[in-house]
Amino acid sequence: MNMHTQPQRTPAETALIDAFGDRLSLLPGDGAVMLKRDDAIEAIKHGLPTRRIESWHYTDLRRLLNVVPDFDAAAMAKALAPIVEGSAVLPVLNGKSDAKVPTIEGVTVQRLLEKLTDGSIAPGLDSYGSDDAIGALNTAFVADGYFVDIADGVELEKPIELQNVQAGGQTHVRLPVRVGAGAKAVIVERQAGEGAALVSSVSQLVLGEGAEVTWLIVQEQPETATHLAQFKAHIGKNAKLTLFVMNAGGKLVRQEIMVRTTGEGADFKLRGINLLAGDTHSDVTMVLDHAVPHTTSTEVVRNVVTGKARGVFQGRINVHQYAQKTNAKMACNTLLLSDDGEFSTKPELEIFADDVVCGHGATVTEIDHDHLFYLMARGVDEKTARGLLVKAFVAEVIEELDDETIVEALEARLDDWFVTHG
Amino acid sequence: MLEIRNLHARIVDDGTEIIRGLNLTVKAGEVAAIMGPNGSGKSTLSYILAGREDYEVTEGDILYNGQSILEMDPAERATSGIFLAFQYPMEIPGVATMEFLKVAMNEQRKARGEEPLKIPEFLKRVKEAAASLSMDMAMLKRPLNVGFSGGEKKRAEILQMKLLEPKLCVLDETDSGLDIDALKIVSDGVNALRAPDRAFLVITHYQRLLEHIVPDSVHVLYKGQVIKSGDKSLALDLEANGYAGVIGEAA
Repeated sequence: MNMHTQPQRTPAETALIDAFGDRLSLLPGDGAVMLKRDDAIEAIKHGLPTRRIESWHYTDLRRLLNVVPDFDAAAMAKALAPIVEGSAVLPVLNGKSDAKVPTIEGVTVQRLLEKLTDGSIAPGLDSYGSDDAIGALNTAFVADGYFVDIADGVELEKPIELQNVQAGGQTHVRLPVRVGAGAKAVIVERQAGEGAALVSSVSQLVLGEGAEVTWLIVQEQPETATHLAQFKAHIGKNAKLTLFVMNAGGKLVRQEIMVRTTGEGADFKLRGINLLAGDTHSDVTMVLDHAVPHTTSTEVVRNVVTGKARGVFQGRINVHQYAQKTNAKMACNTLLLSDDGEFSTKPELEIFADDVVCGHGATVTEIDHDHLFYLMARGVDEKTARGLLVKAFVAEVIEELDDETIVEALEARLDDWFVTHG
Repeated sequence: MLEIRNLHARIVDDGTEIIRGLNLTVKAGEVAAIMGPNGSGKSTLSYILAGREDYEVTEGDILYNGQSILEMDPAERATSGIFLAFQYPMEIPGVATMEFLKVAMNEQRKARGEEPLKIPEFLKRVKEAAASLSMDMAMLKRPLNVGFSGGEKKRAEILQMKLLEPKLCVLDETDSGLDIDALKIVSDGVNALRAPDRAFLVITHYQRLLEHIVPDSVHVLYKGQVIKSGDKSLALDLEANGYAGVIGEAA
């Protein structure tokens, strides 16, 4: 966190610090966990990050986070139908996991509450560097979630859907997942709810040798919620991770992605769509470390900006000195549909190896008038034609996923957004 | 069916006048060929008929079935029965061809107060039209025109024309980029659509296309005006002697 002495705490900072005092006796954890919580709240006491902190330059959390709701233990949230039919659903409702954990063959599922209580999760609660406000917030308050362990060689036929459904108030959830060597899985991380909530959610994924995972983050918070999320992954030797992020809601959203290739032959794909509307602020910040030789990555992020929405994509690729033969490509394309909307892109390549292929590109465009004319010349009215073109712009990224069930499920989410915002 | 009266039009961006007092009448059932050297305003005329916003009509009028179309946007013109087969059909990534065909057909039906097509009926019509143009259905599973060869794009335009059943068909250099076999297939597709209540404006550079789509009238466009009109023999004359003679006569 930033070490400047803040002249005065903001109401949000005060509310968080007070809430910690009030909740301390209710938070699960052994001695080790409680020590981590203490460290985390100390970091918050130093102040939330401002635009003077480089990684928070476009999302001045101290200024933007102006409402911190109270915890609401009595609020009820209902589990949602999974986006892919037949998925095994692991619901976290209003911050609480289900006491009745479903049985999935080849998979061990534990409530995070238990792993906090027995302290076995403590090492995972460390912050990611000194400016890790989301990590600190989550470590201080995390009360539940699921720990999922997919055994070596297990190939799941149906997705696992991790559902974090808030009901207003505060929810702080953690979702660690380990995928064993050679295992294959599709995991959906669903972030939704109906309240004016403050949500922090941290997902931690470790991929064993040769594992293949498609992880879909579907974030559809209401325009009243603050959603602060992290996705952290380590990709082992010859393992493949495709991370798809769909941001389609929230008042203030920051989705951080920290990925590290830890074994040769590791491959990472990030595909993201940000559908931004209303008077909202959404930030996707990625830090990718190519830490060993012969690893590959591609990142494609597409943004649609309407209304007074503000969007941010920061993509930082670190190629370590030892990580020769890295191949990394990043693209961020924005369709700006409103004069009042804005989108900031900051690609960063930090390359310490000398034999690598790395590139990045960013574009901001409006709807192509030639395309619009072509569709209208076939009798499609202007509004419908615009809708088709906007949807096409983001659907291209979805269609790349190459799994018909998933593509259909995500296109259904996309259609939902267009019905509300089109 | 179509009556263009003393039409003057310019490019909105820079004010360059392209059409300078053009007069043309095309009757229902007629196939009218528009020929002319490069830069005479042929493609501009097709865009103005379709309603492209890059051009501005400064004088004159375009009457379609007796009504001025100048205030109609491209979609309204299309649903009223005007169709432009583009010289360079646009590639539109992300828009599935079949989805686009369905939306376009149903938008036009909606404008005519008809029910949307049921999926089996829609598929049947597309399959029949594609077969008649020797088009592989696999092509239609791709995004609109993306990765199509020049000839495939032209066929796709004629496919759309067949499915949308327009009354005034404007073909802008449909022969460019076609080999002999494709030219025959495309021409047969157009000829099959000839009907007493349908008119064609066939814009072309060369006589070659007019051997396959035999016109009822031929008009020479030069510097934004029709400088000579005649029957199909005028096209042969132009092929043999070039435009210089006709331009000389007019000047």
